[in-house]
Amino acid sequence: MSRYTPHTEDERAAMLDEIGVGSIEELFAAQVPAELLVEAIEGLGEGAAEQEVFAELRALAARNRSVEEEVSFLGGGFYDHYVPAFIEMLTARSEYLTPYTPYQPEVSQGTLQATFEFQTAICELTGMEVANASVYDGPSAVAAAAYLAKLERGAGPILVSAGLHPHALQALRTHAKPWGCPVIEVPLEPSSGRTDPERLAGALAERRPIAAVFAQPNFYGVIEDLPALGEVCARHGSPLSIAAVDPLTLGVLAPPGECGFDVAVGEGQPLGGDLHFGGPSFGFFAAKQSLLRRMPGRIAGATVDAEGRRGFVLAFQTREQHIRREKATSNICTAQALNAFAGLLYLAWLGPAGLRELGGLLLSRGWYARQRLCALPGVRPRFSGPTFREFAVRLEGDLGAVRSHCRRQGVNPGLDLAALTGREEDGNCLLVAITERRTKAQIDRLCQLVGEALADQPLQAVEALGR
Amino acid sequence: MTTTAADRYPTDLLYHPEHDWARLEGDHATLGITWYAQDTLGEVVFYEPPKVGSAVRQNEIYAEIESVKAVAEVYAPLSGEIVEVNEELKDHPELINEDPYGRGWLVRIKLADPGERSALLDAAAYQALVEEG
Amino acid sequence: MSGLQPTVYERSRPGRRAFRPPPVEVPAVSPQELVEPRLLRKRPPRLPELSEPELVRHYVRLSKLNYDLDSGFYPLGSCTMKHNPRLHERLAALPGNARLHPLQDEDGAQGALELIWRLERALCALVGLPHASLQPSAGSQGELAGALLTRAYHEERGEQRTKVLIPDTAHGTNPATVAMAGLEVVEVRSGPDGGIDLEDLRAKADRQVACLMLTNPNTLGIFDRQIAEIAAIVHGCGAILYYDGANLNAILGRVKPGEMGFDIVHFNLHKTFTQPHGGGGPGAGPIAVSQRLEPYLMVPRVVRDEEGRFHLDYNRPRSIGRLRGFHGNYATFVRAYAYIRSLGEAGLRDVSATAVLNANYLLARLRALGVDRYLPLAYGRLCMHEFVLSGGPLKRKLKVRTLDLAKRLLDYGFHPPTVYFPLLVEEALMVEPTETETKETLDAFAEAIAAVVEEAKRDPELLRTAPHTTPVRRLDEVRAVRQPILREAPEG
Repeated sequence: MSRYTPHTEDERAAMLDEIGVGSIEELFAAQVPAELLVEAIEGLGEGAAEQEVFAELRALAARNRSVEEEVSFLGGGFYDHYVPAFIEMLTARSEYLTPYTPYQPEVSQGTLQATFEFQTAICELTGMEVANASVYDGPSAVAAAAYLAKLERGAGPILVSAGLHPHALQALRTHAKPWGCPVIEVPLEPSSGRTDPERLAGALAERRPIAAVFAQPNFYGVIEDLPALGEVCARHGSPLSIAAVDPLTLGVLAPPGECGFDVAVGEGQPLGGDLHFGGPSFGFFAAKQSLLRRMPGRIAGATVDAEGRRGFVLAFQTREQHIRREKATSNICTAQALNAFAGLLYLAWLGPAGLRELGGLLLSRGWYARQRLCALPGVRPRFSGPTFREFAVRLEGDLGAVRSHCRRQGVNPGLDLAALTGREEDGNCLLVAITERRTKAQIDRLCQLVGEALADQPLQAVEALGR
Repeated sequence: MTTTAADRYPTDLLYHPEHDWARLEGDHATLGITWYAQDTLGEVVFYEPPKVGSAVRQNEIYAEIESVKAVAEVYAPLSGEIVEVNEELKDHPELINEDPYGRGWLVRIKLADPGERSALLDAAAYQALVEEG
Repeated sequence: MSGLQPTVYERSRPGRRAFRPPPVEVPAVSPQELVEPRLLRKRPPRLPELSEPELVRHYVRLSKLNYDLDSGFYPLGSCTMKHNPRLHERLAALPGNARLHPLQDEDGAQGALELIWRLERALCALVGLPHASLQPSAGSQGELAGALLTRAYHEERGEQRTKVLIPDTAHGTNPATVAMAGLEVVEVRSGPDGGIDLEDLRAKADRQVACLMLTNPNTLGIFDRQIAEIAAIVHGCGAILYYDGANLNAILGRVKPGEMGFDIVHFNLHKTFTQPHGGGGPGAGPIAVSQRLEPYLMVPRVVRDEEGRFHLDYNRPRSIGRLRGFHGNYATFVRAYAYIRSLGEAGLRDVSATAVLNANYLLARLRALGVDRYLPLAYGRLCMHEFVLSGGPLKRKLKVRTLDLAKRLLDYGFHPPTVYFPLLVEEALMVEPTETETKETLDAFAEAIAAVVEEAKRDPELLRTAPHTTPVRRLDEVRAVRQPILREAPEG
């Protein structure tokens, strides 16, 4: 009847005959009480041919302004990176796109080996000893790391840097509410924008938390002194230390594993993922070997088959929900395998040299953009600390007016920072992300537009009075 | 490994219905899981012994044993204080499969109440339970 | 220890590369100039070093080691492995969808916001509940959302309810989720017919119970006819009723869980709505809720104003907050919405009709072939969209286990059904053919099972050492845990 169900009338009749009933309705009537069966459901419409469905959804998509249609300086966790074509081709293959989780490893060696390679890449990137096959995204990876801390140490306070992504902070609060684990923010230094190590030390001593969570770079793009933060934690009670890191900065910055951290998590979208209005992407999760039995999610391991050939299987499944049930290290079942696979392909594409070069390029272009913007009258950096991949600037002028002016010219200048953080001190600030797709010419144009908009401010102030 | 009934249900032991055994040694006892328990569980891959000095209570779970596909909860047949644990199992958990009543012993306890033994089954009764169930 | 394919690391050669960076264009700044040197990485990470042609070849070769749904039958019970239409891929890849930034200004995301809103409405219509959130990333996160909503509801009423009732046939994610939500699992027994034991439910449904989590039809493929009574008992003690939608395929367009008394209905877009499984995700686990739970739904919510424009509403003081970043797995919403629009009401009813037809037909064929002497249906006579066989007789009579049967089925070119779930059934084999399979495929599968049972009689070792024709033979899962190798060995 639909293009996806195959049976003809004759076939259906033969099948019903084999079953020994007269109609499909009989099958339902025999098993479901009549008063529960509905004849029709309103609000679903009629089906349509592929061509019609395509036209309808394309029309919807056409009402979205993508990064192909405007020059976008939007960041805040998801970034407009270039993804090479071969990744699309591989992830579209039936053999990667359509199978289920590899519960029958003998016919899933492609997926399992790719997972093993992915785990290796994440360990190398983060400097950790063991990694899983993915979790949902960056924010839920932070929540999962906090759950690991709770399983490992018992309930207790969780410290978080105020530089954590607002969504990660909110997701953590939502998850942790029933755990008896209050979430306490450690503020940033008002000038540098780095987590305040003295306030951190004070909070560690006073609250004796089970975990401490930091972001690198933090949400304001500021590069944290991760080794120092790791040391402060070690000197004040050694809570489980968790770093949420941007993977594309790890060709340049020291990874959490080399800064004494216990767990490294992060958002994987920058690794070969597209924007997709926020999902799907993947979260990566890596930790010290001693935490293996507490780790959430799938883990692939190497072994041999009956003929001594190397192969890969899902290992340590007793951590997981389908065996451990209420004592599981997490409830995760379906994760983000295909997106993690794209992440592996992207890292393999970059290689160690490429990761370093790309990191260097992001640093240079970001620095250029920050210098040029802050040279404009009425623009100051929000924080003095060095930044990577994005940075915040405070405007002496109406942020909304500046953004509107830029957007009318086909440039999205970046995020309204306070709208995301909800912090008054972030008022009238723009968060500007620079990727390898933002050329020098585009950055210069941004500066020109922002400069114009700010210069116009007296005019706009008059207009505002009139409103 | 082929086993006889005598191998599977040694007569010098007392048994708990959740497939645990106790060997009484004066005011102490050695505890473990039975042949049937390890057979059902499959190849043991992990066992973390509880701490020496901790208390166990009759009919309560005091440890877990993991195979690849399952986790078995270990019930204490008798109450007492743990005086010794089988450290060898950390690196050789397969001993629980190979020799569940010998080298696969789990903990040794000082008994809190020797009278509790009356609640346990002898080999014949336990065998009957397993083979009927 | 050689394998079928070297790993990508084993194929690497120092100095080979695939990536070429674009020109920097701006004055290059070295990291040392910007940041304290001790914050910088000293040694590069060990990542693969290959050219692009080698990368392509490596991963194409690996792909050929996978069995996949496009290639063959995949009757995994509880997974709903139905065909994945490629129209959905084309739509998800449109730049307006794929290249849309999640924090784009609302006026630049009207199409996306409208799609979310429309999908929510469609899911609500399907199940008969007024409100929905698409935010949860997968079924487990949808369950967690349900558990947290339930907590919030009772807390606001000043009630301390710490227990969640879960049937003994429940999927493992249910108890794991309950633990993560800080609640206590209380198991409810199933009766002899496979449905809930009402007496046990009545005994356990007290004012400490926050909610009952139920799948209907359940994991045995059985529709619990007592659902009205179950709802009455649960609501009678003031608890919430949660529907795990893993088995929605059986009742699409025919039964509305909202009208069965459920307060929360969860969906698996990667099951019922044909988001491709991707080897383990992505998926999505939206939930629909009754009016009384609406205030607690996650932020943000998509709202439509009087001019027909769409907005994100963050101003929801009683919301439980958010469970993940941004709006959820939007690309899966595009696919699910396209699916619903393609099928329409009649097509969705056809899905459940054909799913139930196919499962009962396959069951009838297995009986006709005499398979049920060794693999009888665990409960009842008919089934909904899936059925569970017990391999108990097979084990006792022929000394061959469900696992061995499953491994031998691989040699016949089929992915085996789900094994050893639900735990209630001895040596369980859970079969869900789905509605996109032909009669010939079902016939071939039934014959393969019958053939394997025959082999078990003549030559049981053949099964115990299976599979024989797959890219690798049976893998040693014990060794993987006893001697863990979870990554390529670090160098040096």
